[in-house]
Amino acid sequence: MTVAIGIGILVAGGVYLLLQRGLVRVTFGFVLLGHAANLLFLSAGGTRLREAAIVGTADPALMADPLPQAFVLTAIVITFGVTVYLFALAASRHGGDDDTERLP
Amino acid sequence: MIANALPLVLAGPLVAAAVLMVTRRPLWARRAVLVGTLGATLAYGVTLVAATYGGTVLVADIGLWPGGIAIPFVADMFSALLVAATALLTLVCVVFGIVAGEDQQHYFAPFVLALYGGVAGALLTGDLFNLFVCVEVMLLPSYVLISMFGGENRLRAGRIYITYNLLASAVFLFGVAFVYGVVGTVNLAELAGAAKESTAVAVAIGVVLVALAMKSGVVPVHGWLPRTYPETSPTVAAIFSGLHTKVGIYAIYRVYSLVFDGDQRFLGFAVLFMCVTMAFGALSAVGEDTIRSVLAFNMISGIGYILLGVALFGPLGLAAGIFYLLHHMVVKTSLFLSAGAVEVRYGTQRLDQLGGLARKEPLLAFAFVGAALSLIGMPPFSGFAGKFALLQATVAEHAYLAAFVVLAASLLTLLSMNRVWNSVFWGPVRREPVDATRDAVDAPADDDATGTAHTNNGAVGTVARRRTHAKAASPLTHVSPALVAPAVVLTLVSLGIGLGAEGLLTLTQQAAAGLLDTSSYVEAVMRE
Repeated sequence: MTVAIGIGILVAGGVYLLLQRGLVRVTFGFVLLGHAANLLFLSAGGTRLREAAIVGTADPALMADPLPQAFVLTAIVITFGVTVYLFALAASRHGGDDDTERLP
Repeated sequence: MIANALPLVLAGPLVAAAVLMVTRRPLWARRAVLVGTLGATLAYGVTLVAATYGGTVLVADIGLWPGGIAIPFVADMFSALLVAATALLTLVCVVFGIVAGEDQQHYFAPFVLALYGGVAGALLTGDLFNLFVCVEVMLLPSYVLISMFGGENRLRAGRIYITYNLLASAVFLFGVAFVYGVVGTVNLAELAGAAKESTAVAVAIGVVLVALAMKSGVVPVHGWLPRTYPETSPTVAAIFSGLHTKVGIYAIYRVYSLVFDGDQRFLGFAVLFMCVTMAFGALSAVGEDTIRSVLAFNMISGIGYILLGVALFGPLGLAAGIFYLLHHMVVKTSLFLSAGAVEVRYGTQRLDQLGGLARKEPLLAFAFVGAALSLIGMPPFSGFAGKFALLQATVAEHAYLAAFVVLAASLLTLLSMNRVWNSVFWGPVRREPVDATRDAVDAPADDDATGTAHTNNGAVGTVARRRTHAKAASPLTHVSPALVAPAVVLTLVSLGIGLGAEGLLTLTQQAAAGLLDTSSYVEAVMRE
């Protein structure tokens, strides 16, 4: 339940920021949405399974599902690359003006 | 042997892209790598079509894991046809880019190759999350291409394109997470038929399908497409038109047929949406005033036609839809390349500034009018066979509204293409070609409409431009044959498909059979 509320807040904040004019805010919106998706993946794997997924260290029934963690890792890398690219776009050429409406 | 090479279709272009990223010279070697990689992929795609003929499904499991646990690469007739078609289109577009001089920008070649790697991966993967990753591999180079190449509006177009596609990717990711949460797997073969049995899975996959529809440009969520394609460079627009939305469409076909297993409950809505898409795109195209924005709206209309195939489902509908998909990719790219050739030499794509090109550029006029007739659906071009097959399918499924919209939207397409023909190729000569070779220190900036949303300098952005008034010494044609050749080749391909429609229909019927009866796909993936 806590995770669901957390995802909801992140999505709400992300969507609010996406609807702003400045590209930097839009970028932060995507960061929040990305976090929401990552949390969703972790909860899809089951939040009560906490043990490390290494054979021989714990009861297999209590091991965390490693697959969502791999998904999240991939998604984080993609989000990171895109975030950097968006910031580069916001800072490019038209120095300091990141307004999406008044672009040339 | 052929199956084991499947991952190479993704890896080969990516490795070549990495090589091209770090080598600068010589130019001919870079071009050889670029063309050679795509040529090899095309050859492999044709081999795949031959190998999957008769319903064989090829599978390559990564890392020697048993089937169901490994992340598989799967090729059946549908994937094989699309791998071959996308490789052909990318190759032709790249040749156009080389002739137009766009590949002299260092980043053109590596990003196009990385883009193609993502496309091939998305077409061959058998895993929902891997599909997301491959779509991202396809999109990231596109973000760079769209904001590096093109006219002065390219940055604005880039922002729209990036934010929109990122939002779609986020929705896609949410959908994949829901699917994993409900079923516990994202392997498409294991998901086969799951949505038919469980509403929760249907909703989760529905989120994925919405994201794919956003990427395909289905009408309520199409707005990014006509606002971005006209602003980038001619080559990039042609590549995007052939590849991008088509990957989304492929994924919709694949995911719906596998996971929903042809569930009839929701198809009525889908037919309705596709009718709106066809009519809306064709109607909007009539009012546009640059060549490429007309083409972009016609493309949205075409997406309606293609997805009508999956909305009707059934053997006729799917075969017709896949046939129309292949036809549309070829024809649309040909039209974008014709428009690009005009733009590279005449420096504009505005309908009201061009005119009389039919007399000056007969070869280009042939390429354009052939592809335009094909788009409208005139025999003997491929569009006729595609639309005829679709009409047969609509009547067989008693979707008479869809049949009416198919015909009405074709008429509207005729109207918009006729407008382009009349103002660009007919009438008096209104514009002399810009001379790309002369230095133009004293030349006026683009003489009219400077800075308006539709002026687009395209590929020649780095080349000094100038209007010439040399009547006496003017050559017979201004667009060199090499620049027209790519568009002509694709128009001839369309003509060939139209004349030999039965041959391709046999292949698309096999592809449709593979989508209707997914058991051989599932068995091939799940074997030990």
